[in-house]
Amino acid sequence: MGRTLAEKVWDDHVVRRAEGEPDLLFIDLHLLHEVTSPQAFDGLRLAGRKVRRTDLTIATEDHNTPTLDIDKPIADPVSRVQLETLRANCAEFGVRLHSLGDVEQGVVHVVGPQLGLTQPGTTVVCGDSHTSTHGAFGALAFGIGTSQVEHVLATQTLPMARPKTMAITVEGELPDGVTAKDLILAVIARIGTGGGQGYVLEYRGSAIRGLSMEARMTVCNMSIEAGARAGMIAPDETTFAYLKGRDHAPTGAEWDAAVAYWKTLATDEDAVFDAEVFIDANELTPFVTWGTNPGQGAPLGANVPDPASFEDPQERIAAENALTYMGLTAGTPLREVKVDAVFVGSCTNGRIEDLRAAAAVVEGRRIADGVRMLVVPGSVRVALQAIEEGLDKVFTAAGAEWRHAGCSMCLGMNPDQLAPGERCASTSNRNFEGRQGKGGRTHLVSPQVAAATAVLGHLASPADLSDAPQLVEA
Amino acid sequence: MEKFTSHTGRAVPLRRSNVDTDQIIPAHWLKKVTRNGFEDGLFEAWRKDDAFVLNRPEHQGATVLIAGPEFGTGSSREHAVWALQNYGFKAVISSRFADIFRGNSLKNGLLTVILPQETVERLWELVEADPQAEVTVDLEAREVRAAGVNAPFELDENVRWRLLNGLDDISITLQQEADIAAYEAGRPAFKPTTTPVG
Repeated sequence: MGRTLAEKVWDDHVVRRAEGEPDLLFIDLHLLHEVTSPQAFDGLRLAGRKVRRTDLTIATEDHNTPTLDIDKPIADPVSRVQLETLRANCAEFGVRLHSLGDVEQGVVHVVGPQLGLTQPGTTVVCGDSHTSTHGAFGALAFGIGTSQVEHVLATQTLPMARPKTMAITVEGELPDGVTAKDLILAVIARIGTGGGQGYVLEYRGSAIRGLSMEARMTVCNMSIEAGARAGMIAPDETTFAYLKGRDHAPTGAEWDAAVAYWKTLATDEDAVFDAEVFIDANELTPFVTWGTNPGQGAPLGANVPDPASFEDPQERIAAENALTYMGLTAGTPLREVKVDAVFVGSCTNGRIEDLRAAAAVVEGRRIADGVRMLVVPGSVRVALQAIEEGLDKVFTAAGAEWRHAGCSMCLGMNPDQLAPGERCASTSNRNFEGRQGKGGRTHLVSPQVAAATAVLGHLASPADLSDAPQLVEA
Repeated sequence: MEKFTSHTGRAVPLRRSNVDTDQIIPAHWLKKVTRNGFEDGLFEAWRKDDAFVLNRPEHQGATVLIAGPEFGTGSSREHAVWALQNYGFKAVISSRFADIFRGNSLKNGLLTVILPQETVERLWELVEADPQAEVTVDLEAREVRAAGVNAPFELDENVRWRLLNGLDDISITLQQEADIAAYEAGRPAFKPTTTPVG
């Protein structure tokens, strides 16, 4: 019987397989950042162990880093200690690190792909749940906890139980104005925050094949929001074209050997998935969340749902709690929900195509009075590209704030936070209570919806802008 | 890792689904570089409300948490497990756990037990009616016991063995050194390294 993409990559990394034991998997790439690594390095020191493969390990600073005044000492002493701890650990154990101020610094899931380190058929781990992002290249990539970070540092392997596989097949063409973000929010609303538990998701179908690499990363990034540790897309010519010429991509004969191998990875025609979900791309519309988990989403044209409409009692209670926290009333059109802040950035939507899409909407316009818009590039390289294209000027001319690279307001570990009660349209990945700051309220949206929302002051898509070209009804 | 064989204690009923890791331990606590001292951050936002179940006097000293489905959804932060342990919890019962949280819990000796939602409901009713009621989570017998409840649960046999013996994963893996070295020797040359180029 044929095998799926996930099964092929898994099988190629089994170091040891024995009855009654989890498979021992080799890890090709280990990404580190300051938040989930200090206790792992401590563990190594306590046991007198080394980092086994410093040549397969790389670190960056992202979660804590400020996005203003990066040339000054970090104001928050606790954040400063955590960053200094990473620097000391990387120096002691010989790990390559891109610190604040370095041209390769940025959000770990933006940095890996842009350096060409994330490649098809590799295993990638990081102490961060959004490691699923790297699956866009046909890598088996998943988030791990700190005990596992220590395990990989010491052994370059992980004992893992073999996951099940789920196909998410998206056929058709995304309508104008509908993005990868809308697609993945719709997937999560369909299968639920736990629907992917125990599975590796494989996104396939014509709509997926038509996506750029950056859009594929947006999709795979939020696999974890559906409960799946990993999401993958079969590598194809789009993948190869993105990788060719990047710093760590193979060259010459090795490039040819690599591409030949990468082409063998696609799921066999006779392979069987443990579960399958079908989505019609043509029916998708801009999607936003109204609740406090990423599965609580709806089309932008819908109303805030009535909790009584949920049959499942747990979902009903969750919806009641969410509306209370979010300060929303059932039946309110989502387009009438006013915001205080807009955040464009994160490992979900902080890449150059995201910034271009948001800039195209605000160009020549002003953001609404009383709305604060933060634009945070995913990496220094993304920032430099945006500056070269003049996007920073487009944002600042519209009244937005152009910041330095980092995780920023996605999780509010640095000073970029919402105040209690503030409402934000955010291109990030989690709308949990307090995620963007204590008492803050988050609506997850695409970069295009974020930008249009900033201009109008309420949840909106670019088509709602009065001077937008009007679509002719078919 | 601490051994886990069997534990008996009073329980807290947390009637919420999708309890995410940002609720269990908010991000600003993750700046700490230790594995301890997270107890005050556990459910920090909800604990500001006196009526929150963890604040109720009758549930002080409880060591078993009984939560709604999709417990631990969200981030990979192991700090969520440490916070629960630092606070004093030895076991968490739910009908569904998020994968990364569950893996982290079992690597730290915090036993996460999956029971059917109707059993979770019975346990909720039991401990709400009698907060002094004791709940036993028995890993050797693979069952949860309380007044009127005798519920078997499943756990991967290899994971159970590691928990019962308090074994350290890294030491076990390091015994496979020959297999790891052999695998490394056979890796294709085109695989990337992080060694700086240019």
